[in-house]
Amino acid sequence: MFYIYCPYCKEHREEEEFHPRGQAHLLRPEDPENTSDEEWGDYLFFRDNPRGIHHEMWVHSVGCRKFFNITRNTVTYEILETYPMGEQPTITAETERVRKEQGVQAADGGWQTVGARPENKALNEETSS
Amino acid sequence: MQRYSGFGLVKHAFGHHENWERQWRNPEPKKQYDVIIVGGGGHGLATAYYLAKEFGVKNVAVVEKGWLGGGNTARNTTIVRSNYLWDEAARLYNHSLDLWKGLSQDLNYNVMFSQRGVLNLGHTLQDMRDIQRRVNANRLNGVDSEVVTPQQIKEIEPEIDISNRARYPIMGASWQKSAGVARHDAVAWGFARGADAHGVDLLQNTEVTGFKIRDGKVLGVHTNRGDIEAHTVGCVAAGNSGVLAEMAGIKLPLESHPLQALVSEPLKPILNTVTMSNHVHGYVSQSDKGDLVIGAGIDGYLGYGQRGSYPTIEHTLQAIVEMFPMFSRVRMNRQWGGIVDTCPDACPILSKTKVKGLYFNCGWGTGGFKATPGSGHVFAASLAKGEMHPIAAPFSIDRFHTGALIDEHGAAGVAH
Ligand SMILES: Cc1cc2nc3c(=O)[nH]c(=O)nc-3n(C[C@H](O)[C@H](O)[C@H](O)COP(=O)(O)OP(=O)(O)OC[C@H]3O[C@@H](n4cnc5c(N)ncnc54)[C@H](O)[C@@H]3O)c2cc1C
Ligand SMILES: [Zn+2]
Repeated sequence: MFYIYCPYCKEHREEEEFHPRGQAHLLRPEDPENTSDEEWGDYLFFRDNPRGIHHEMWVHSVGCRKFFNITRNTVTYEILETYPMGEQPTITAETERVRKEQGVQAADGGWQTVGARPENKALNEETSS
Repeated sequence: MQRYSGFGLVKHAFGHHENWERQWRNPEPKKQYDVIIVGGGGHGLATAYYLAKEFGVKNVAVVEKGWLGGGNTARNTTIVRSNYLWDEAARLYNHSLDLWKGLSQDLNYNVMFSQRGVLNLGHTLQDMRDIQRRVNANRLNGVDSEVVTPQQIKEIEPEIDISNRARYPIMGASWQKSAGVARHDAVAWGFARGADAHGVDLLQNTEVTGFKIRDGKVLGVHTNRGDIEAHTVGCVAAGNSGVLAEMAGIKLPLESHPLQALVSEPLKPILNTVTMSNHVHGYVSQSDKGDLVIGAGIDGYLGYGQRGSYPTIEHTLQAIVEMFPMFSRVRMNRQWGGIVDTCPDACPILSKTKVKGLYFNCGWGTGGFKATPGSGHVFAASLAKGEMHPIAAPFSIDRFHTGALIDEHGAAGVAH
């Protein structure tokens, strides 16, 4: 069961309130008329499907109904951060690789997850609801 | 290979069943094979079996990172049917259904194929229109589908609730009488034993970690037990197909999701058939051991964890109780998840790739068990000839750029 931090409601809420909506940061081709079949196909059908760090869009469907992004590990299911639309992730496969090489132990979060951005104290605090 | 028979059973009874031959060897990898199959699930084993038996390619290895059939093959709910909408899909699944009918005899292994029929329920006017359209398309393709009324459903499956008290009353169903279930482990083991008997090396605990590719041609695979050479490599790795493809520099339009199933405590025989509902989103049948075999939809997020989330289990059981209120107090025994490779048009990929000699058979998602013999057969034919078999050809990966999709979301919603 995920326990997800909504960056708009600023609260941890249960997975049941949310819906996953697939890969985050997808950009529609800017000039559709001059987009090749190859590019259209890639945009429509080809998604990242990594074993490991994945950036994905979720919607707080029975809460504030806003979309936001989650960085999550698809093997341990650990949620590493949540961040609003329009922002970029601070944790990526690349930063995790570096962290591992430097011997920093990544939390094995399993099912229970934290979620807020590590550097942002305000977001990390539980809000009583 | 020691053939199984009733007489053999009696004979071995005198020896207290201690002298049965092992079903397959456990060989050391050779340096080189004509064909390597990556993935020892049902589809990979079937491919190897037909390669050796029908297409005369006997120098074959199946490379499996775990044990045989330990992936989705051992985790699925075993429903076999062929009532898909489009001609291409109907041909593929019908080809498979034809092979199922003679499979136990062909393999000399009881796969317990039981044609007990499948009901796909409709609960809304739109459901019924879709069902009618699909049944008509099925009949044109020689699939024995028919539309049945709630009263007919009740005759087929007496414990189902067709009353108006239900939240989503049942308005009718499609009924494929020739559909049914089979024993998943037996399918993997039967193909494994058959392939081994024809000389195929089954290499278990052997994980492919990369491909040897030169000048755009595949030359073999790297594994944790050393390099193995082959100029033809077929990947049949279900949820891990994307990971393998990436090792070869190929991107597949697949997303890997957990799909769960659960079984109840064993009950006296209560269900006659398989009942599935896209609308209330669940399906149930009863195994020969007596447990209810229950499933539903995928967990919506990407995952490789081979487990699922609790909300999905809850929704699944709500759907079952909606259809069969009398099951509300049945206790569940076990629950598990598999990783399914879902494809944007809910149809598989059987295809060459930009790397010469490297083929993929994947994207079966939530519904590939039923296709095990057919998929193995046409994929073997394709690997042997170097040209995709006519039944497999429409399932090329090119369709995601040409737009020639084969949209089976209707026939493959919650129905696996
Ligand atoms: C819960 C559930 C219910 C289902 N219900 C149904 C149903 O009712 N009807 C139906 O038709 N279908 C159903 N399916 C789908 C069906 O199980 C699959 O489509 C089918 O079994 C796929 O078979 P496969 O042989 O391709 O894959 P698998 O059996 O998963 O085999 C793939 C193999 O590849 C191996 N592998 C992966 N990576 C590597 C590597 N790097 N090196 C070596 N080996 C590797 C894996 O270990 C695995 O054994 C269900 C699936 C699930 C999870
Ligand atoms: Zn919110």
